[in-house]
Amino acid sequence: MDSVILARWQFAIVTVYHFFFVPLTLGLSVFIAIIESIYVKTGKEKYKRMTKFWGKLFLINFAMGVATGIVQEFQFGMNWSEYSRFVGDVFGAPLAIEALLAFFLESTFLGIWIFGWDRLSKKMHAAAIWIVAIASNLSALWILIANSFMQHPVGYVIRNGRAEMTDFFALVFNSHVWVQFPHVFASAMTTAAFFVIAISAYHLLKKSDDMQVYQKSFKLASIYGIIGVILVFLIGHAQAQYMVKTQPMKMAAAEALWNDEDPAAMSLFTIGDEHNRKDIFAIRIPYLLSILAHNTPSGKVSGINNLQTEYEQKYGAGNYVPPVAISYWTFRMMVGAGVLMLLLVLYALFKVLKDKYDFSPFVLKLFLWSLALPYIANSTGWIFTEVGRQPWAVFGVMRVEDGVSNMVGAGAVVFSLLVYALLYGALMVADVFLLKKYAVAGTVNIDNNEE
Amino acid sequence: MDLNTVWFSLIAVLFTGFFFLEGFDYGVGILLPFMSKEDKKRRVIINTIGTFWDGNEVWLLTAGGAMFAAFPNWYATMFSGFYIALVFMLLALIVRGVSFEFRSKDKNPAWRSLWDWAIFFGSFVPALLWGVAMANLIRGVPIDANMNYTGGFFNLLNPYALVGGLASLSMFTLHGAIFLNLKTTDDVREKSRVVASKLWLPTIVLVLGFAVFSYFSTDMFSKRGVTPIVAGLALLSVGWLIKKDRGGWAFIMSGVTIAFATITVFLGLFPRVMVSSLNEAWSLTIYNASSSPYTLKVMTIIAAIFTPIVLVYQAWTYWIFRKRISVDSDLEY
Repeated sequence: MDSVILARWQFAIVTVYHFFFVPLTLGLSVFIAIIESIYVKTGKEKYKRMTKFWGKLFLINFAMGVATGIVQEFQFGMNWSEYSRFVGDVFGAPLAIEALLAFFLESTFLGIWIFGWDRLSKKMHAAAIWIVAIASNLSALWILIANSFMQHPVGYVIRNGRAEMTDFFALVFNSHVWVQFPHVFASAMTTAAFFVIAISAYHLLKKSDDMQVYQKSFKLASIYGIIGVILVFLIGHAQAQYMVKTQPMKMAAAEALWNDEDPAAMSLFTIGDEHNRKDIFAIRIPYLLSILAHNTPSGKVSGINNLQTEYEQKYGAGNYVPPVAISYWTFRMMVGAGVLMLLLVLYALFKVLKDKYDFSPFVLKLFLWSLALPYIANSTGWIFTEVGRQPWAVFGVMRVEDGVSNMVGAGAVVFSLLVYALLYGALMVADVFLLKKYAVAGTVNIDNNEE
Repeated sequence: MDLNTVWFSLIAVLFTGFFFLEGFDYGVGILLPFMSKEDKKRRVIINTIGTFWDGNEVWLLTAGGAMFAAFPNWYATMFSGFYIALVFMLLALIVRGVSFEFRSKDKNPAWRSLWDWAIFFGSFVPALLWGVAMANLIRGVPIDANMNYTGGFFNLLNPYALVGGLASLSMFTLHGAIFLNLKTTDDVREKSRVVASKLWLPTIVLVLGFAVFSYFSTDMFSKRGVTPIVAGLALLSVGWLIKKDRGGWAFIMSGVTIAFATITVFLGLFPRVMVSSLNEAWSLTIYNASSSPYTLKVMTIIAAIFTPIVLVYQAWTYWIFRKRISVDSDLEY
């Protein structure tokens, strides 16, 4: 394998792994901040126990997110040095700002929150977790500003053999950011909601002590979750329509749409021949893709072959088609997991709004296992959005293979890949062990640290 | 002063702050397994940096981000060139990052011992490698006309850089011992004072040895200045201050040593950011490695607004958690 393929695998693995932890941090920090605010307002001890219980799980997850995040900042220079040289003038800025504005706030106030239970007033302590929540999401915003430049480059000019920033505000107010960031935030809410629902369901199933905490958590998470899921769908729809305009090839790949169609049919299930770009077997719903793309039953949606021809004229000879099967199936897994979550959270909400928690054991187990759903949706969503951009690193500006470090050989990448894989595997075992241990232990003795 | 110089200075400040702050975190981590066999006392030691270490590490992340934004070629050449060394660094930082949180979460002695050694390893490796990296920046590494690093991993492990690594390792360990002396009570405090006084002499030898080596191997001292003298005098005073049990002053002086040594290296580098050992003309400088004037201007405005705010609230946390930690404190970790 050549070093480009290895570097791509490495980027994919460390980034997807990092993103196992990030959405929970983003969503759960806000959720905990809300609960602690309720505690401050009502003074009821059960909200304090809730804050501490979910807080402990939050911290275990947070540590993994922070630790694996360091690789993210280093790897552009390490493995993608030509990319860093070419776009650093534009792309480096949001990363630096992320550290200065968000990482400092997040890390400092998290320290204050962990150690400040007895040293700060209740209000100040709750303010600390709000600052952590805002800072975490601020960091997501800046990294998505950077990613949005790769998806939809704006505010730059090619000069002196590289991309140079010409308009900082164009970069920050890139239209792509304002569909992508809300999508990520709403997904993070959903992830946190299902995390809380799953673990609460476990305790409802086991009839653990301190039932009121799990019932309350279950209820609040259902409300939090329904807001999250509905936002994901609404924003996701807007994002898809945006994608039709800015990255039509990604949309075509998501639908395995080989040729232009007007009106366009949506694929429900396709087994395709990627090499020859044709369907082997497909179930398709007429008009639906046009409706989704343009809100009317007519309107062209571009196909892969037509776009390929168009891009050859625009960018020169080359293959501009992303891996279709990966795009198609990851997109469906994301949406499918989203639909399941919508159904589950609707059912949960229907019950808990009447304050009924008499779920059957089967349903409670279903909620427990549904913990996998947000993780599937988050991972496949990102794989889709990054794979669907191929062959570009920066859409229309720089190809992935031109960005790789030309002095880092395949041997070095194999070495780092092995180190990360072994390390990440071992840490996952430790992380799951601790999360499970504290999730099962529940709120009993939550104030006692282990001696 | 042009903006390129401003950004060079800001990155120098970020590294100075990082070595000053994370320096004692590393030192505490390195000393952890040797200070006490008792779990409770090890917890005291970890809790002295519990609130601070993550915020301190962000100084590095910000320095890295600032290099990327202001000097993309520096970031690209250094990070791809020092690839294998950085893999070890990342391995250490990742392991260390989770250790503080994970260690206290189970009381099995084997589990705790595992994470104690992870903290040790995660602190030892970067404490050593930062000296190696800094020494190589100023000594010069093979960089060709296209700003590509053409050496391998073992080019970085030359005798000069290894002495630099040992100097930073010993200096951070000493700094950590003095910090522990300042933040703990009773026998942990007393032990850390003994450790600090024992570390002082070897540290002097290594740091001065590195300075002498630098005089012959680099052009670091070609620009005359008082910064190396300040660093040297401060380090000399540390031994006396430890002896007199003046923990606060000893900490300030070990901090001054680290800060002025870092400033000396950056002044020696200026206006270069990486020296090419192949051809002086191929060195990366604050001009040929930099971003465009527009980007530097934007980043200057942002840094000017937010850096003071960061300094204020970080200082505030040190104030809130200024109390010494003892076995009777609320130990979170």
